[in-house]
Amino acid sequence: MNDQAQLLPGTLDLLILRAVSLGPLHGYGILLRIGQISDNALLIEQGALYPGLFRLVRQGLLKASWGTSENNRRAKFYELTVAGRKRLREETESWNRLATAIASALSPQPEEI
Amino acid sequence: MKLLDSLRFRMAALFERDQMRAEMEEEIRFHIQQRADDLVRSGMSRAEAERRARIEFGGREKYKEEIHKALGGNFIGTLLQDVRFALRVLRKSPGFTIAALLTLALAIAANAVVFAVLNALILRPLNVPHADSLYSIERGYYKAVNFSYPDYLDLRDRNRSFDGLAVYILAPIGLDTGKNPSQAWCYEVSGNYFDALDIQPYLGRFFHSADEHGPNSAPYIVLSYAYWHSHFQDDRSVVGRQVQVNKHPFTILGVAPPEFRGTLLFFSADLWLPMVDQEQVEGLNVLNARGERNIFLLFGHLKTGVTPAQAIGDLNSVGSYLEKTYPKDDADMTFSLARPSLAGDMLGPPVKGFMAGMMLLAGLILLAACANLGSLFAARAADRSREVALRLALGSSRKRILRGVFTEALLISIAGGALGLLGSIALLRELSAWQPVPQYPLYLPVTPDAHVYLAAMFLALASGFLFGAVPVRQILRTSPYEVVKAGSSGIIAGHTGSRITLRDVLLVVQIAICGVLVTSSLVAVRGLVRSMHSNFGFEPRNAMLVDTNLSMSGYSGDRVPAMQRRMIDALEAIPGVKSVGLVSQIPLGGGGTSANVFSDQTTDLRPANSASWVAMFNISPEYFHAADTSLLAGRNLSWQDDKTVPRVAVVNQLFARRIFGSVDNALGKYYKMEDGTRVQVVGVVEDGKYYTLTEDQRTAMFLPFLQSPTSLTCLVVRSDRDPAQLAPAIRNTLRGLDTGLPLNIQTWTQGLDIALFPSHVATVALGVLGGMGVMLALTGIFGMAAYSVSKRLRELGIRIALGAQPKEVLQAALGRPLKLLAIGSAAGLALGILSGKVLAYIVYQATPRDPLVLGGVVLAMLLLGLVATWIPAQRALSVDPLILLREE
Repeated sequence: MNDQAQLLPGTLDLLILRAVSLGPLHGYGILLRIGQISDNALLIEQGALYPGLFRLVRQGLLKASWGTSENNRRAKFYELTVAGRKRLREETESWNRLATAIASALSPQPEEI
Repeated sequence: MKLLDSLRFRMAALFERDQMRAEMEEEIRFHIQQRADDLVRSGMSRAEAERRARIEFGGREKYKEEIHKALGGNFIGTLLQDVRFALRVLRKSPGFTIAALLTLALAIAANAVVFAVLNALILRPLNVPHADSLYSIERGYYKAVNFSYPDYLDLRDRNRSFDGLAVYILAPIGLDTGKNPSQAWCYEVSGNYFDALDIQPYLGRFFHSADEHGPNSAPYIVLSYAYWHSHFQDDRSVVGRQVQVNKHPFTILGVAPPEFRGTLLFFSADLWLPMVDQEQVEGLNVLNARGERNIFLLFGHLKTGVTPAQAIGDLNSVGSYLEKTYPKDDADMTFSLARPSLAGDMLGPPVKGFMAGMMLLAGLILLAACANLGSLFAARAADRSREVALRLALGSSRKRILRGVFTEALLISIAGGALGLLGSIALLRELSAWQPVPQYPLYLPVTPDAHVYLAAMFLALASGFLFGAVPVRQILRTSPYEVVKAGSSGIIAGHTGSRITLRDVLLVVQIAICGVLVTSSLVAVRGLVRSMHSNFGFEPRNAMLVDTNLSMSGYSGDRVPAMQRRMIDALEAIPGVKSVGLVSQIPLGGGGTSANVFSDQTTDLRPANSASWVAMFNISPEYFHAADTSLLAGRNLSWQDDKTVPRVAVVNQLFARRIFGSVDNALGKYYKMEDGTRVQVVGVVEDGKYYTLTEDQRTAMFLPFLQSPTSLTCLVVRSDRDPAQLAPAIRNTLRGLDTGLPLNIQTWTQGLDIALFPSHVATVALGVLGGMGVMLALTGIFGMAAYSVSKRLRELGIRIALGAQPKEVLQAALGRPLKLLAIGSAAGLALGILSGKVLAYIVYQATPRDPLVLGGVVLAMLLLGLVATWIPAQRALSVDPLILLREE
């Protein structure tokens, strides 16, 4: 577990939006999905997920509704709203730009060689 | 805490938070169960899996809190949390809490009481429908409120601005309901009185204009609810019953509603009867005399749409008609409008001035209390600087800490305000039941209403913010690093330097306020004491007063002076009685008659040509002797001065000087009365006080009662005997002459109560406020001194260890509080002397330029400083350096 990376501030929201973008999920499901799509490379404290979920619901990016889980428990399911989908697209683009820039800045430059 | 919990529950239900909370809980539970299921599947035991799942989830409460925050902050939740925390903190320091609560409660109680009186006297209008359009009419430059009946009729019939003008006079009557005849107070009113006020009877009916058909034509009375309740035990069959008013049969028409007690705010009469019966009620009839202005007050509702300015213009045009038509009687017929509840400008301005002054002083008390509380809070903040620093270091925001401080301040202000309000309600109940002058039905219902509650709570909250704001700067400046590094004593060291801190300023302000209050209450007390012993122009000690009105027992015409002579003779025969004198109205007794006099040369006797407006008394020859008024020149009146000889009079010194130039010059000279009669001056007596203690010296004339008869009878009985024995003897003697005489017997000193009433009220009020000011200053200085000693115990210990003498220790420990005390006292004394000038209008002979007052203030402040610093000084001196140094 020691090779897991700490989350950068603000990235949890993006990960949640991404996880939910593939279909409605409950909180635990979102956690599993994030682990799955990130190859368990990110360290997320489980409880920290929920303030993020409530915040996104309040911002109108997610929609929550009560349903039944795969093993017949009552669970709250989250899905993307139209605004959420749009926000995911924008955030993904800006994250990619940033990541490219940082990556190229950090990659070995010709003059260093 | 039960109360708080239920409160929280209710609030939560209100905002559907309960459901939210439950959902959140369920969601988290689901998460943990899912996780545990997964762990079991990977081979863990159930119990171990659940434990593990909970650990992995992390701080449940923390996340719940964060969710709340994500939802925009649970305002009520945090507030309740703050309140609970503040309560816990306050409970931990009961001394601080109790001191703060009591300080604020005292100040709020003082303010609530003063405001309730202000509210009852000035803010609340008369309890009649549409009181806002009700005005009384005042006449001329001096804003006189008295009118003559013929003038009233003209004003009533010729004006076009009022929905009916009504008038009243206050008069005592002898009322015989078949049992013991007793004196009652009535409003003699015009027939349209109740209709003009638009009031409906509680029982029976009222009289109306249509019931009046000339003098003594309407023998009807309307009882007040209170009188009906106390004298007829709510008997509904009284309507139609016959009673005797001054031995004349009158019929009870009805009962007024309980909330209506008359048209003069603090004067609750027992009954109302028509003014056309004046002759039967007062024993004289001046309803046709245009020059006799004996109607007390004229008032009415303005018609809708008429402005006061328009009404004044309208009245003035009637006035100029009156001046032209009746030049002999009517002058200065210009009018102004005022509120009728305090008899317009007659009582309005002094009452308003006094109440404004009281409100100001009460405000000062509150300010002093705030200063006190502010320094308490500042001291507390300094003591808690380590705690604050620690909380800051642990990540608490300054905003949250300030919120905590303000929550404490507001809790104290709410609790203190409520406590003060409760106290003030008890006090006001006492005040409402108070009968300041027994012979008059003075009654002021100062029951607190919503205004009072609101004002008190507003003041409490405002002061809460005020004193809560004092430590703000301190907390904002707190640097966790510095505090933790230096320890608590290090921080304080910065405060003990010569720099002037906010707490110093607060303390000086507070002491100055206390100084003002102490000075003014001493000035008032001294003024009162002096006025008790000043020269009134008569000697109230060792004299009794017997008050009666012969017209109340059916005497009229020549039977009046004959009966008065028999009364005088009978009283003189009582053993131990030195002399008995008769006077129509006792000086300083709350009433009085004045008249214009003219110089002998004047032929046109219109009021504008009057030589002086003179206090007039009708007396028996023995009066000056009985009253102990000294004759300066000429002769006394005698039994020979009756209707068979030319009119004579004794005048006072000022009269002699003003009309004739000097006392000697006046003897034997003549002046003219309003009706043109020539009166010869036969004697001159010393000046005295006639209507009020604070009046400028007035001119006065004393007429022989055999020449100018009066049914008003006040007998001055001078005797060294004990009043308790003399009073029954007097009563028996007079009842022996006529069993139906309503009598009011009291000592002359008691009779002066009404004249001294304003000074009494002012003195008591100032005394109470002064006492509160002293208490606040005491606790303020004590707090400061005790705090400064306790903070510097270590330093003092070192000083003592190094051989400091007690004097030097005291100087180090208490020098600063005492210096502040000196500055504050000096400022307070200076301000107090200035305010004494205002006081002189209310309290006779109030002057701050009085060595006793100045000395008293200085002594009081010194004593105060001594008392307040005594315990801290003892503590400073008893410091044991060994113990102290070992502790560190």
